[in-house]
Amino acid sequence: MDMISLAHAAVVPVILANLALLASSRLVTCIRLVALQGAVISVTPLIFESGPLTVHTAVLCAVALGLKGVVFPQLLHRTLRRVVVRHEIEPYLGYPLSILLGILGLLASLWLAGRLGVPAASYRSFAAAFATILTGLLLIVTRKKAFTQVMGYLAAENGIFLLTAVLAPGGPLFIELAILLDVFVAVFVMGIAIHHINRQFDCIDTDRFCSLKD
Amino acid sequence: MPLYLTALFVLLATALAALASGRGRAANLVGPLGCLAGCGLGLFAAVSALTAPVPPVLRLPWSVPYGAISLTIDPLSALFLLPVFILGAAAALYGKGYLSGLAGKRHLGAHWFFFCLMVLGMALTVCAANAVFFLVSWEIMSLAPFFLICLHHEEDRVRTAARTYLFAAHLGTAFLMAFFLILGHLAGSMEFSAMARVAPDVLGPYAPALFFLALAGFGVKAGIVPLHVWLPEAHPAAPSHVSAFMSGALIKAGVYGVLRSLTLLGPLAPWMGQTLLAIGILTGVLGLLAGLGQGELKRFLAFSSIENMGIIFLGLGLGVLAAATGHPGPALFALSGLLFHVINHALLKGLLFFGAGSVLHAVGHGFMERLGGLSKRMPFTAGACVLAGAAISGLPPGNAFFGELLIYVGGGLAAMDMPLTDAVWAWTGVAGLAFIGGLSVIGFTRACGMVFSGEPRTADAVNAHDPDPLMRAAMWSLGLLALGAALAAPFLFTAMLPAARLLLAGQSTVLPVLPSEVVNPETLLTAAASLTFGAAALALILAFARSRLLAGRSVRSHGTWDCGYIRPAPRMQYTASSYAEPMTVLFRRLLGEKRRFTPPEGLFPATGTSRFATETPDRVKDDFFAPLFSAVLTACDALKRFQHGNLNLYILYLLATLVILLAIALGFAA
Repeated sequence: MDMISLAHAAVVPVILANLALLASSRLVTCIRLVALQGAVISVTPLIFESGPLTVHTAVLCAVALGLKGVVFPQLLHRTLRRVVVRHEIEPYLGYPLSILLGILGLLASLWLAGRLGVPAASYRSFAAAFATILTGLLLIVTRKKAFTQVMGYLAAENGIFLLTAVLAPGGPLFIELAILLDVFVAVFVMGIAIHHINRQFDCIDTDRFCSLKD
Repeated sequence: MPLYLTALFVLLATALAALASGRGRAANLVGPLGCLAGCGLGLFAAVSALTAPVPPVLRLPWSVPYGAISLTIDPLSALFLLPVFILGAAAALYGKGYLSGLAGKRHLGAHWFFFCLMVLGMALTVCAANAVFFLVSWEIMSLAPFFLICLHHEEDRVRTAARTYLFAAHLGTAFLMAFFLILGHLAGSMEFSAMARVAPDVLGPYAPALFFLALAGFGVKAGIVPLHVWLPEAHPAAPSHVSAFMSGALIKAGVYGVLRSLTLLGPLAPWMGQTLLAIGILTGVLGLLAGLGQGELKRFLAFSSIENMGIIFLGLGLGVLAAATGHPGPALFALSGLLFHVINHALLKGLLFFGAGSVLHAVGHGFMERLGGLSKRMPFTAGACVLAGAAISGLPPGNAFFGELLIYVGGGLAAMDMPLTDAVWAWTGVAGLAFIGGLSVIGFTRACGMVFSGEPRTADAVNAHDPDPLMRAAMWSLGLLALGAALAAPFLFTAMLPAARLLLAGQSTVLPVLPSEVVNPETLLTAAASLTFGAAALALILAFARSRLLAGRSVRSHGTWDCGYIRPAPRMQYTASSYAEPMTVLFRRLLGEKRRFTPPEGLFPATGTSRFATETPDRVKDDFFAPLFSAVLTACDALKRFQHGNLNLYILYLLATLVILLAIALGFAA
């Protein structure tokens, strides 16, 4: 397969994962979906690399794959076991409506890609990346459980990673690695934070935070 | 320049070392010693820059947009470096003694960190020659005192004072940013040298707005009426060595700013001089009148600082008016007089705040009505305060007298030569200066009389004692410098002259070699100094002769306030309020003095039924700023609906903002 069709092929699971994320209430499924999406996105720099494979890209993909595909799911599963929550119950926005908004977001991203004049080779990847960011933000805004919001954060990060791969292939390695490290720390901290929220409020519903305002 | 940079480096290193050395005694050793070393080096640098034929310049690139690390120590900068480093050193010495009892109880490492940062910030501010760099230094200098004022943060009034200070400092900076941005836009560069070269016809229409922006921004720091409200709050709340530095040096940054912006605003205009003159008189008179109603020693000193700012602005107004109407000679007189007064006030007010700090340290509070008789218990402090109070009131042969003399002569010379309309302004200035001087004498006789003479009014003052040697050394150093400034007044005038000339550099008139053909300033000052010091020496000789004559005879001494009354009690002594009453009655309307009076009833009134109390609130604060800020608060309350604590919606705000911005950006692209 040539590069363009490979890129197109990679876009499909990413978009499907977005829609599935918006539709699923089981937190374990969410973790797996984000991990799958992360794993697919981790290898996209290989596709967009023009010319022979460089050490730079290889290292980046390996680290990203390791973190997004293996380490994060492990950490998140562990957190989930600790806080004994299985489902996102009563989100602010229902699942059908979320999916509808997700599709709207995808359309908006496609329009945006056209509007910005993204070259045809990376047109769909750009749209998918932007849709992933929107999906992540949508999850953060419309879900009540702190855990699902972490999922949204990771999805948004996946989108940003893909966007970087599309727009700036072969960018400075240390910046990308630093971002990955940031996300790693963030997941770590969020795991601990969620654990503490659970202990303090006996649940991880963020609407209880209202009682913290002055 | 290398010496100056070394001084800055030493201060910075000291700040970090103090922070690293914890909260206790180690920090209280590292901080003051390093500060002392840095300020000593800086003082050498300032003096050598003052005498250098060409001002030292440093320019390094800086990654901040439009910024450059641009430093120029011209005579004006060098002159303002003097109070920074003198008071920095003296306050470090005094502060070490003052804080030694607090080691471990307060975080002294942090305290000295911010103290060094304040000195460093101000040393940079007065030398910065790039607007961006200036603003950064200005902010360092303005923010550090907030943390210093907060030392006793468990007291409510300290927190209020610190907050008031922070608000005032921020609002001032906002004006300054507008000022520098407009000026920088006109000049096409943020370098002061480029700003000074903006053509007068380009600058012309903007000049009034720029002038008032600078006046508002720098005036807040200088404490001119009506922007003075933070000063009487912050000075009493801060520990005394910090108030000494703030009052002696920090508020002078405002004066420096006004002077520097005048050099950037092209030819001086008569209306500038008139505005500055009016502000000066208003600040001087109102500052001290309000001070007469104050019962707390350091609060009174803060008002006295406002009054001295009035004298400085009055001198500036006279100088600018004289220069703008084509009298460069008298202008040089008035300007060098005001610069001299900057130095004098720094030395004397530093000394007075140290004295007040010693009283506070010994007694625990500074309420004049509860003190008294301290001259017997704290002779050193009493002597220092009385002498400094007399000097700062402009009485000869104090050093402040010589500065004010120059302003008087400048104003008088200019007025005699001006058309009537301008001459009225100048004479008003001269009369205002005289009136301020008189008020100042009342204020300081009241403060010193209440605190130091008579008998202790309450038990608080009974066990007071002079401060420890370190604090005394700090007071000695400032006192000796003040005496030196008085003795060397003619030489110091020569040192002020280059800075005064710098202020008039933008004028089209040719500056005379010596300020005036009519009066030679050096002869004048030498004559004044020899006359006044001669009189002082004569008084000393007479006093000595008196003690010699009385040596062989028996001298009976009686209790103070005895007056033949059989059962005198300390409560019968004249109070601070009654001493000031003639003045406060005269200006009651203006000051808004509040009286609460329950008269005694019947022929034999029962004890405790009658009462009398007066209170002098700050009218500018209560009648202008308080309503203004509460209106702002009410308006901001409407925004609280958006602060509901719902995290999801907060993020939605972000998302919506981003989407809207994206839409706008794309809309513009189309």
